[in-house]
Amino acid sequence: MTDSLGLKRTRRQKSQRVYTLLFGLTMLGLATALVLNALEDSIVFFYSPSDLRERSISPEQRIRVGGLVELGSWKKAKSQTVHEFTVTDGKNKITATFNGILPDLFREGQGVIAEGRLKNNRLFIAEEVLAKHDENYMPREVADALKKSGHWNKGSGSRRSSGEPK
Amino acid sequence: MAEVEAYLGMGGYGAFIWAAYLLATLILAGLLAQSRRALKKQEALLLRLKSIRRGDSDD
Amino acid sequence: MHRYANPSRFIRIADTIFPWAGGIMITAFAIGLYLALLKSPADYQQSEMVRIMYIHVPAAWMALFTYAFMALSSAAVLIWKHPIALLSAKAAAPIGASFTVICLATGSLWGKPMWGTWWVWDARLTSVLILLFLYLGYIALINAFDETERGGKAASLLALVGAVNLPIIKYSVDWWNTLHQPASVFRLDGPAIHPDMLWPLIIMAIAFKMFLLTTLVTRIKSELIAARVQNVQRSLHGNLADGRG
Repeated sequence: MTDSLGLKRTRRQKSQRVYTLLFGLTMLGLATALVLNALEDSIVFFYSPSDLRERSISPEQRIRVGGLVELGSWKKAKSQTVHEFTVTDGKNKITATFNGILPDLFREGQGVIAEGRLKNNRLFIAEEVLAKHDENYMPREVADALKKSGHWNKGSGSRRSSGEPK
Repeated sequence: MAEVEAYLGMGGYGAFIWAAYLLATLILAGLLAQSRRALKKQEALLLRLKSIRRGDSDD
Repeated sequence: MHRYANPSRFIRIADTIFPWAGGIMITAFAIGLYLALLKSPADYQQSEMVRIMYIHVPAAWMALFTYAFMALSSAAVLIWKHPIALLSAKAAAPIGASFTVICLATGSLWGKPMWGTWWVWDARLTSVLILLFLYLGYIALINAFDETERGGKAASLLALVGAVNLPIIKYSVDWWNTLHQPASVFRLDGPAIHPDMLWPLIIMAIAFKMFLLTTLVTRIKSELIAARVQNVQRSLHGNLADGRG
């Protein structure tokens, strides 16, 4: 008699602990979601050229701009270390200048993140340039074959605001 | 020989790639070895303690 | 539930698992390393550098998987006060921390030549660093007391609370702009990796998973025997005290 009662009580205690934990975790999840949502602006690593259009950012502010290096936009000065290129997200673009060594993966049509200051609405002075690679992996021959056959659709995976080259 | 050198060079990225593989190997092998050693130590300890206990009860 | 709480039974299971998991691990590492370092092609963008992926990505997956295991075990600790669950979580923590260190270090070695930086504070990298701190915090808490049970409750709570970090890590690359690229393998429209590169990755992932299994059963068995050692020691001390009294 006491045995079965005791068993029942521990079982009730256990299910109570389950509910307490579930409730606690739900609250924790909600709180985290709210905090992350509120902090969105500081968690975002870079702005797209379209984001820049929507915000007013002063020239003193150090920011990062990300997007794709527009095809045919990369110009190198004679000194070899001064670069100029256009960052695009498909809708808007901004020209960036950079004096320094670019990462190996810096390429036209590939993702890039430039850190620096806005000179004006059209020009960005980069002090640091990072290359952003996409999530597609394939052998060179396959990439060449795809390009040749016209099935090249690199954008299929890039759902991010880094946008797609067209 | 040149082929091996070219392979180890990994197109100029050899240092990064081999460092990554070496580091992973060291960490994983080290952890597994440490875990096995700790287990053997506890097993030996338990065996010794049990023989001591048996010795006690024989007295 | 307590059917699995029998230590002798668990040790028998561990002894059966160990040679199999170890054998599969060695085979998978042999095939996986051959494919990753010799057979697989260079990437069209990253050339040979893609080979770091074959350790970086499995280490990242296992860092998350091990944490999920630890969090679930900790839930079992808090709900059922299950003693083996506590030892399992305790045994898993150093393994998960090692996976996380490998993930961060190889990612850094990958980032320098490709991105142009060893480290950035973007959402993905930062959330994985937090994962490492959660592992380290758990290890510190559970070792803070001589008796595992006492630190166990606090440590289990930390492990469970820290589990909110798992979806943040996984979806950080989708929710926010990051330097790190989005997922290549686990995506709705199928992997964005050529099969010649996907296979070595899968086989290396199997090797890493088997590493977790072999190391985990070894460490849990070790913890169980250590608990027995403590019991025997206590009874010996008791006997000695009785004899003197």
